[in-house]
Amino acid sequence: MCTGWYTSDMAPVATTFFFYFLSGLAILSGVLVITRKNPVHSALALILTLLSVAGLYLMLYAPFVAGVQIILYVGGIMVLFLFVIMLVNIERSEREKQFNQQWLPGILAACGLGLLFVLIYVKGKALFSQPVITMPETENTQRVGMMLYSNYMFPFEIASLLLLVAIIGAVVMAKKRI
Amino acid sequence: MPGFITNYLDKNVHVTPGQYGSPFWALVYILLVFGGVSLAVVCMNWLERKILAHMQVRLGPMRVGPHGLLQPIADAIKLILKEDIVPEGADSFVFLLAPLIILVAGFSVYCVIPFGPTHAITDMNIGILFMLGVSSLGVLGIVMAGWASNSHYPLIGALRSSAQMVSYEVAMGLAVISAVLMTSLNPAGTGTLSMIGIVQAQYAQHTWFIFKFFPLGFIAFFIFAVAMVAETNRAPFDLPEAESELTAGFHTEYSGLRWSLFMLGEYAAMISVSSIAITLWLGGWMRPFPNLLQGPTWDLAFSLFPALTFFGLAAMTFYSTMRMPKHPYFRIQTIGLGAFGGVFVLIALILLIPRVRDGVQDVYWFVAKIAVFLYLYIWYRGTFPRYRFDQLMRVGWKVLLPLGIGVLMATGIMGLRTEIWDFVHRLVHI
Repeated sequence: MCTGWYTSDMAPVATTFFFYFLSGLAILSGVLVITRKNPVHSALALILTLLSVAGLYLMLYAPFVAGVQIILYVGGIMVLFLFVIMLVNIERSEREKQFNQQWLPGILAACGLGLLFVLIYVKGKALFSQPVITMPETENTQRVGMMLYSNYMFPFEIASLLLLVAIIGAVVMAKKRI
Repeated sequence: MPGFITNYLDKNVHVTPGQYGSPFWALVYILLVFGGVSLAVVCMNWLERKILAHMQVRLGPMRVGPHGLLQPIADAIKLILKEDIVPEGADSFVFLLAPLIILVAGFSVYCVIPFGPTHAITDMNIGILFMLGVSSLGVLGIVMAGWASNSHYPLIGALRSSAQMVSYEVAMGLAVISAVLMTSLNPAGTGTLSMIGIVQAQYAQHTWFIFKFFPLGFIAFFIFAVAMVAETNRAPFDLPEAESELTAGFHTEYSGLRWSLFMLGEYAAMISVSSIAITLWLGGWMRPFPNLLQGPTWDLAFSLFPALTFFGLAAMTFYSTMRMPKHPYFRIQTIGLGAFGGVFVLIALILLIPRVRDGVQDVYWFVAKIAVFLYLYIWYRGTFPRYRFDQLMRVGWKVLLPLGIGVLMATGIMGLRTEIWDFVHRLVHI
């Protein structure tokens, strides 16, 4: 998981092997998330998915996004997920039917997604014409900070307002008497 | 010797093995750090029992070896030989995985801890973020252990633990941000998240961040110091394993080697959060007054400290050797203790060799600062009564969090005070 192995005169560790390894892990654990009957096992598989996606971010020379992914999703949100799931009666969920037989919407969604993938595979090179990453890894965090607080200041503030609304909403819903 | 060994030893190389791209030396450093931390955990185990005992006017372990020095080894053998029990009705896969997750989370963090300007496994652009993120994975292990045990006490312990760690992580993060903000006080105006960069920023600004913008740095450090005790589930915040209420909390059902993995992970986490605090606020590997007391004389004086420390330890050991009972029954123990003191003298003499003396400087000061923190951990445990759960939550959310936000804002204002002053000045003169 350590970055920083890359120096200009040697090959980076970010090879195609790691790409296939991490993506395979992400897909495999993603399948496990929906096929496990036990919700705790599903949640653990989801954590594995998120971690391998964080690894993919590292391979894309975006260490900041990878770090935030681990802190927020794995360390924060998934812990709260587990917190809630552990209080649910698991025997009941194991007896319930796992899939609710929604074949038609499922097939439609899969076809749409598949079409998108094929389109990207065919047209991708023309759409994203810059195959070489120009952003140096060593300054990634600083660049993200600069962008966020100069060019994208307004969207950033709007997002923070949204979070504030969510916090207030949660407090209002949880407290009977304010 | 092959090139992949020698090329890192070049005098012109001033980066960590990870940055240099030398897998061999990175592996050597990993093994050194792993061994060092494991040794530190063994020492800490003995010291904790001894110091706690002396604080409570007891003797502590005295039977196995002189002054119980061999007690950690005896304990380790006992734990390895014990039966590994998986309780009936437990989710065995998750049950067996949980201690490993805690251990891996506890040790991966050491990837970026800078024991010196080049003595780290690697230096990452997101160093501090990586440390906070990976150390927060430890809570997953605790939650998994508590749930998989299929028993009431572990489940309650795990629920308490997850609530506690998620709450205190917020205050901890705010304190860390205010320190990272201080690194940006340079002409370029950009800060850094890299662990080595943070220490270098303190060197460039001629102050440890704990004294920066007094008392702002100190308050941020205080918040972190409280939150890190809660993060590592140590007294007085050891509710997840409160023995008077929950038997042993989340690891009640574990036995033998797996239980000892929990302990190893906990102590490794204690050392790693202490080193975050040291890196951010206490100048990392730097010796006291690196800017003020410069020059070859001061360098020489400070470089004698490692040897003096070991001579001090040797002196203490020899004093205890003289005070051992004179009865023939204690003869072997007396000889053993004397030999232990002899080893200390030998280490001290090795540390006097000029090349070694200059080489271990950074590591010595870093480890010395960690030792102070570990002593504080033991001291807390011997002094403070355990918090009640509602008190714990109140401290976390209603005291530390607002304080953290306040310190963060005040640090930002102090950092920009000249710009703000200019702005006000111009407004007045319009």
